[in-house]
Parts: sequence; C-alpha cells; structure tokens
Amino acid sequence: MNMDEYVLEMIENGKRMDGRKFEEFRKIEIVPNVIKNAEGSALVKFGETQVIVGVKLELGEPFEDTPNEGILVVNAEFSPLASPDFEAGPPGEDAIELARVVDRGIRSSRTIKMEELCIEPGKKVWCVYVDIHIINHKGNLLDVSALASLVALLNTKIPKIEGEKILRGEFEKNLPIQFKPINVSVCKIKDKFLIDPLLEEEEVIEARLSVCVREDGKICAIQKQDSGTLTLEEIEKMIKIAVEKSKEIRELI
Amino acid sequence: MTGKSDVKLLVDGKRLDGRAPLELRPIEMKVDVVSRADGSAMVKFGNTIAIATAYGPRPLYPKHLQENRSGILRCRYNMAPFSTTDRKSPGPDRRSIELSKVIRLALEPAIFLEEFPKATIDVFVEIVQADGSTRVTAINAASLALATAGVPMRDLVTACSVGKINNTLILDLTGIEDNNSECDMAFAMMPGKEKVTLLQMDGLLTEEEIKNLIKIAKDACLKIYEMQKKAIKEKFK
Amino acid sequence: MNEKREIVLPGEFLCEKRGKKVGPGTYFEGEKVFAKVLGIPKIGENEVSVIPLAGVYIPKVGDRVIGKIVSVEISGWMVDINSPYTAFLPLAEGVREFVDIYKIDISRYFDIDDVIFCVVSKVTKDKIVQVSMKSIGSRKLHGGVIIKINPNKVPRIIGRGGSMINLIKRKTGCEIYPGRNGYIWIKGENKSKAIEALLTIEKESHVIGLTEKIDKMLG
Repeated sequence: MNMDEYVLEMIENGKRMDGRKFEEFRKIEIVPNVIKNAEGSALVKFGETQVIVGVKLELGEPFEDTPNEGILVVNAEFSPLASPDFEAGPPGEDAIELARVVDRGIRSSRTIKMEELCIEPGKKVWCVYVDIHIINHKGNLLDVSALASLVALLNTKIPKIEGEKILRGEFEKNLPIQFKPINVSVCKIKDKFLIDPLLEEEEVIEARLSVCVREDGKICAIQKQDSGTLTLEEIEKMIKIAVEKSKEIRELI
Repeated sequence: MTGKSDVKLLVDGKRLDGRAPLELRPIEMKVDVVSRADGSAMVKFGNTIAIATAYGPRPLYPKHLQENRSGILRCRYNMAPFSTTDRKSPGPDRRSIELSKVIRLALEPAIFLEEFPKATIDVFVEIVQADGSTRVTAINAASLALATAGVPMRDLVTACSVGKINNTLILDLTGIEDNNSECDMAFAMMPGKEKVTLLQMDGLLTEEEIKNLIKIAKDACLKIYEMQKKAIKEKFK
Repeated sequence: MNEKREIVLPGEFLCEKRGKKVGPGTYFEGEKVFAKVLGIPKIGENEVSVIPLAGVYIPKVGDRVIGKIVSVEISGWMVDINSPYTAFLPLAEGVREFVDIYKIDISRYFDIDDVIFCVVSKVTKDKIVQVSMKSIGSRKLHGGVIIKINPNKVPRIIGRGGSMINLIKRKTGCEIYPGRNGYIWIKGENKSKAIEALLTIEKESHVIGLTEKIDKMLG
C-alpha cells in the first residue's frame, strides 16, 4: 500500500497519521530573536516543519505614489537543505506564491504603520525586508512562514541613524505594529476539513483555502490553493474554521 | 492596493467610467484568432485585452516531467511591455510567475488530464492591454482556447473580479479601481458544476461581506459563461 | 439516430443516461450525460456520443492510419502517426516471413522516412500504441507526398461509403490513401488539384452541397 492510499484511508476513518484530530495543530514552538544580526527574527516550528524569518531594515526612497510611507518586501527561499524536492536557484513558483501571500496578509491587514517609517517625505524611508527561509519542510509551509514573519516583525527594532549611516546594534524604537494577522490553511480531503496538513497529507488534499484573519475578525487575504474545486458552502465553512482557529494561534504570541 | 478611501471612485452611485456598481464592462470575445495554435481566443473586458493560445496535447520533454498516468497542464501568463501605462520590462516577474501558477490551478480541475498520460497541454496568455482584472480575463480567454483546441473538459472555466470601493461592493474592477480599492477578489468557477476553481482576495472584509461578494461573482460568471458559449458557437455556424 | 447539426461545448448537458452507452466525446455524472469536447452530438437509442470538431489525433484500435518510420529498433520500428503518442510496429506485425534479427538488418524492410498505410492494432490504457501491417490493404507507400489535415475532418474527406474520396481519385487520377490520423498520402500527376480539393473540404466541411462544389472544382 503506498503512502497516499494509507493517508486517505486513515482520513476516511476519521484519523490522521500522527493521531491528531482534524482541527488540531501540531506542537507549535515559537522562538523570537534567534538571529543577532537581524533587526528582528523568529524561528517557528509546527511539529517538524521549521521556518526562520529574518527582518532587515534598510534605507531607501519611497514609491512615487506613497511618498510618506515605508516599503515592505517579502521574499521566500525554499533552500535545498529543507527538502529533497527543493532545487538550488532562484525562487520557483511555489516560493514566489508563498512570499506574495504572506506579503498580502501583512499589507492588507495594515500590520505595520507604514507612515511611521517615513524619515524624509518623498526622499528617505525605512524599507522592511522580510526574508523567509524554510529550514525543514514537513507540510504547511504557508501558515508557519506567516506566523514566523509576524513574530519577527513584532520583535523588530528600528536602528538609530546618523545622516545616511545606519548604526546597527543601536536602536531607536520598536517597529510600529498595530495588528496581528494570523494565517490558517484549511484543507479539504474527501468531504472532510482539516488544518495544519502534514507533508503526506498535502499529497492527497483536493483543495486548500488559506485565510488570513485579523484580531477584529476581519479577513485580510484569501488564497485558494491546489488543483481541486470547492463549492460556495465549503468556502463559507472553511473560512469559519480559519477564523476560529486563528484565535488559538494568536494566544501563543 | 492600499485602500485609499479618500480617492473618489464612486460619485452619485456611478463609477469613474459611468458604470453602476454591479455592472460589467463591455465584453468582447472572439475565438480562432491565432491560426498556428490548436486553439486560441481573444477576450476584452473594457480596455483589458487578453490573447490566449492552447497547444496540445503534445509530447512532453524532458521525460522526467512526464506523469505516467496523466497529462499535465502548463501555463504562462505574461504582460506585454506596452500593456501598462509605465512600460513593464519584458520577461516574467514575480507577479507573472504567481499568476501563471494560479491560472493553471484555475483551469486544471476542468480538464480530463487522465486522457493523455505523458503528454502536456500548453496554454499561453498574453495581456496586450491592461486595465485591471487581467488574470480573470486571461482565464476566460484560456478556457475558450482550450475548448476550441478540442481538449476534453468537464466544463468551461469562467472568471470575474469583484471588490469594494468607497464602502460599496463592485463587479469587474478597472486598473484604477484595483489600485485604490478597499478589497479586490479574483474568482473563477466551472459554472455548470457550481465548483470554484480560483479564489484570491486581499483587503479587509467581514465574513458576511465575503459571502455577498462571492454571490455577486457567481452571478456574474453565469452571465459571462453565456457569452463564452456564444463566442464559440458563432465561429462554427 | 438523431444527429443534430448544432454543436455542443464541453460541459453541456446532452441527455439522461437511461441505460445508453456513454460513447466517445461524452462523460456522465450520476444519470446525466454531458459533452466532453467541442463537437456534434449524436444521441441515439443505445448510445450517446459527440463527434469532435477539433483536437489532436488520439489512436484508436481499428483506425487505418498513415505512418512515417522514425527509427529502426532491434525487433521493430517506431512510427510517427501524427499523435502525441508514437506507435511501435513489431517485426512480426510488419514482415510475413521469419526474420533472424541476429543475421539481418531489418531496415531492409522499413527504413527511416518510409511511409506505411497500416492499422492501429492495440492501445494500452497508458497510451502505448502498436500498429500492424497484417490486415488487407496495409502496404508500404513509395513516392508521393503527405499532407497533414485536421484528423477530425478525415471522415468528411472519405465521405459516405467513400463517395468523396472516390470522386477526387476519379477526377484527378491520383492514388490517395487517407489516414484516420490526419496524414493523407497522395501520388499522381494531378496531385496539386487533389490537394486543393482536400484542403477545401477541410476548411468547409460543414457546408451543405460540398460534394457538388468539389465536383465542379475538379472539372
């Protein structure tokens, strides 16, 4: 019996490979400030899936249409060390999609007070670089990466500047954060919904809905993933599950 | 999308281009526009123009990409450098790469890939003029290209964009609405089966607003579906 | 047999299953049968199917096809049959007599670029295709040219009981072998006239009175 059949059979019988309930997260571990040279960082684990996010602040010019706002750049690297399926080289479509979905969650939720990153309107602003590094891929990279990015931002400090020079290691204040959006991916297999999929479960899921929820219950981003379909009722149910579960994760930070 | 609700996109209940909130732009659809391709179509939503071509099923190389039991679908979404107001430098950027993936996943569920093991169907979509809602226009065109190429499908795939501006829910966003909306959502489905194949949203909405937006999108897709069917039947009269 | 001239699209509802055979070009969900491809529906008492208007050639057992030899293997040949799937012609299906492959170079029977008129003898579910020269009418074709047309138009080119193809053969004096796979082999002095006729049929296959038009065209 190959793995896919085994996973499917278990799920049909209401069980998961690691004994979890369908709406149960794996053991979540959050370690902030793991990278000394970054202005903010975090290591987050959901079971064996591990992601490190480092936040670096650089000086730059604002965009023309937002002269008073800082800039946010999110990038993800699926390093070959994390999985035999990751190849070295520039980010592929999965890494790009993950980075962009995490970016949209942070941006749409107005997590960072972008106007407070302005140093000289139209000339000088802080650029916040969020770099996501997958360390071990055992499923659910998106939720883990989104949480690690949020925790990293929560402990990011803005360095002091002297003219054009950034005084690394000396800090002025915390990065101005006003919201804590949480991303929960809900998966559909057969007619069951489960969260925090294992790598083996990801191979058999029909469709996945990733929902980013703010603490006031507002939804700030949705991304349907995988190549199956969803009915309107299923979408509604999955969003409800995501909103419920996001509260559990938010309590951990 | 930064939700600048100070930008007046709605004046006296009318949008900047004169439309009502739930009104579609003028839509034009034509099939068989690229004779070299196995299937092709051009779709216009207002000023957004997409040209899609489908090739295949055809043999897939290199061999390690082949799936033994089913065919694969490959998709490339690209914006021409002259399609946007500021020239877009040619070649795939991160957005095009993500959209290529998202469009592929929107079309895949409709295709009977099991009927061509080891082969590939290649879909290329070029946005030659961009004024918002490019990915959904691309999906509508790609659907037509696939059907006219004779690819076996469960249904056509129909797509549209919905969103919220100045606190009002709207349908079929233009470029300026897209950039200044409080929320925008891309939606695609197989209308005959009522199955959703694409859902992307960013903005700030309550669960109730999302439910309403999805309903608006679904109703619009049913209208667009009729136009797609008509475009194909016109060609084969 | 109800053969509507109107076309159907993928996903269009055709009829209730009611014990009918769900034929090519269709699929069913529960008791409802839907079209799978763009084409002309045929809803009969015992079977429902859709004749495709477009699409590449997917080999079916029994199809007579024109093939081009693309490689000589150890005990057979790989044949291009205008499909995403290359066919294999086994030695025993290509040559009647016993051949000792250790003593003989089989390219003496069929070599690269040779053209054959053969039959699709087997297609596995993973689309491994085998052709055979054993049935009557199969032969190697010498000289001549091959044109490629939309495989879905070949039945129209052959015509009811061969009426169309025989008309062209008669009026142009050419030898013509139409492959169900869209490859058509033509030989003769008037082959350009024959080719013009064939391409016209491909383009105007849905036009009524096509046979008369072709008749007039060939003079």
